[in-house]
Amino acid sequence: MIAVLLITFLITLFYMAIANRMLTYVKVLALQGVLLFFVVFIQLSEINVVNLILILLETIIFKSIAVPLFLAYILKRNRITRETEPFLPNFVSLIITTVIVVATILLANSIQEPHLDKIFFVVALSTLFTGLYFIASRRKIITHVMGYLVIENGVFVLSLAVGNEMPMLVNLGIMLDIFASVLILGIFLNKIGDVFKDIDVNQLSNLKDY
Amino acid sequence: MITLIYLIVAFSIAIALFINKNKIINYSLLGLFLMIQWGFTIYACLHFHATELDYFTFDALGILLLITLSVISIPAAIHGFLYIQNQHGPPRSRSIFFAAIVGLITAIGAGYLSNHIAVTWIFTELTTLFASALIYHHRNKLALEGTWKYVFICAISITFIFIGILFLSLSLMHAGSSDLSFQNLLANSDKLNPYWLRLAFLFIFTGFTAKLGLVPMYTAGIDAKDTAPGPAAALLSSVLMNLGFVGIFRFYSVVANTSLHHWASLVIGIAAFLSVFVAAVYMIKVKNIKRMFAYSGIEHMGLVMLGLAAGGVGYYAAVLHIVLHALVKSSLFFQYNQIFKVFKTKNIYQIGNYFKYNTTGALVILLGFISATAMPPSGLFVSEFLIFRSLFEANQIIVLILILLLLTMIIYAFGKNIFKILFLPAVGFNEDSVPRICPWESLTQYILLAGAVYLGLNPPVEFVNLINESIMHLPI
Repeated sequence: MIAVLLITFLITLFYMAIANRMLTYVKVLALQGVLLFFVVFIQLSEINVVNLILILLETIIFKSIAVPLFLAYILKRNRITRETEPFLPNFVSLIITTVIVVATILLANSIQEPHLDKIFFVVALSTLFTGLYFIASRRKIITHVMGYLVIENGVFVLSLAVGNEMPMLVNLGIMLDIFASVLILGIFLNKIGDVFKDIDVNQLSNLKDY
Repeated sequence: MITLIYLIVAFSIAIALFINKNKIINYSLLGLFLMIQWGFTIYACLHFHATELDYFTFDALGILLLITLSVISIPAAIHGFLYIQNQHGPPRSRSIFFAAIVGLITAIGAGYLSNHIAVTWIFTELTTLFASALIYHHRNKLALEGTWKYVFICAISITFIFIGILFLSLSLMHAGSSDLSFQNLLANSDKLNPYWLRLAFLFIFTGFTAKLGLVPMYTAGIDAKDTAPGPAAALLSSVLMNLGFVGIFRFYSVVANTSLHHWASLVIGIAAFLSVFVAAVYMIKVKNIKRMFAYSGIEHMGLVMLGLAAGGVGYYAAVLHIVLHALVKSSLFFQYNQIFKVFKTKNIYQIGNYFKYNTTGALVILLGFISATAMPPSGLFVSEFLIFRSLFEANQIIVLILILLLLTMIIYAFGKNIFKILFLPAVGFNEDSVPRICPWESLTQYILLAGAVYLGLNPPVEFVNLINESIMHLPI
């Protein structure tokens, strides 16, 4: 069951690579939150109940409701255009994502590790690198934020892999999630949209050496 | 117990500063914080080696850097006060500024003392929050751009550190333990799984370079120091960089005791060499005085890490260098505000003949330049000389020659700009509107620079002992 959920998670990445509209990204992020909710529910059976409830609440309320709603609100308020405006065509994005996933599978096959479920490792690393790729290949600042949220989801998957032995690390991951998301999204609330009208990374080049 | 009280009181002072807009209450809270900071530092010195709250140990490296932090926090408060007085901003921006300074100093101090990699990580995260409030102080477009870049890159780098911690926990499971404190890691260092440790080191090192200011994540720090107000930039470029150093150094001490020692030194050495190279390239082109100081910081961090990578006497030199650099670089940034007051710009083309307008301040710039480029009698001369000696002893002659060439270029570029500032007349500068600057405002910079000379040339026995003790876990 966990394998099915995690592979669905992987498929969402492919979907994200070819998605054309900003709202699709938001929906995919919400879906990833729901998937993580079920993964946590099945995977972390050994930790104490209060902690489990905390983690579940974080995934369902924070990851799949609050953050997507806030992103949708930002898109609407700042009148960000619907197109994702990638630097590369979607087809190339799809190929690169596939290459990333295949490479991580090969990497995972080369290691012998009794303490780690390989599928967690593959999903986590490929999510991480795909997120970095999204950041590098999209033009809008808000897509960078979404790429960062994808990375965070990947890290969360990785922390679940060791979650039963060290629940503290999952809690730290949640702390990172909330702290970094609030910090990054907080800047948007602080009107980065009002100052930079069409939010585009090419406008962020005023700090110069001369 | 005292640590808990200190943390609670310090953060409540930060919150109180944030809420309160009254000028007198603001300043008295700031004074109160300085007293608490010093009280805590003295308490930590008296309880050397004690562990409090399970996660904070007053060990040699922690104490050494905590004292440096407390020393720098006094001029930071004084110059912050002068800066805010001069700026006539709304009360709201003043209270946020001081709240962020107090929070930043507290978080950095707690990060130094923590003996657990996850706790160091948490406080590193917290420093990002306070630093971003300081960088956004001017609330204009440039400040927003700087803040955005800093927050985004720091968010990615703290995520990297977290991934590194996860890999480290996998590595530690092979030793049958789940305690991620540095002490336990050191005790189990022979049983750690090398594969996961290698990945962990790569991620943790990359993550901390954002705070330390080393290739590959140095860019955020440059923009941050450019846009933050002078006193805040002084903190960012000295004590906050030391926090990145603490994170890397403590973890490197663990890795150095495993079979990966040479590999880790190689990784650090490559990043360090590239940092000096990048600093040299940008120093030649840079025309923004604050960014010039920031790039000089990148160069020094590169040298520190080269000392660490070379080993031997380089370990001692690295810790010495990081302390002295904090004193010198912060004094240069404190001095920057006086330059801005005179010339109203940070572009070197429009700054010049500074000796004529502000003699005491110009002397600080000159002495700071001599110190930062490690010319004798600067204390940094001693530590850089030791770093070169360690490279020589490690048979890295080619690296040493290349580094010396790059340093020559850096000194040339730095010197060219500094002498332009001091002696050549500025283009189209109107002399009539030059404000008189009180010479006493430069006093703290003289003290910091003199302290760097004293600690370098004639280090007290306690100081040497602290450095030697902080590097005792590293293999020779």
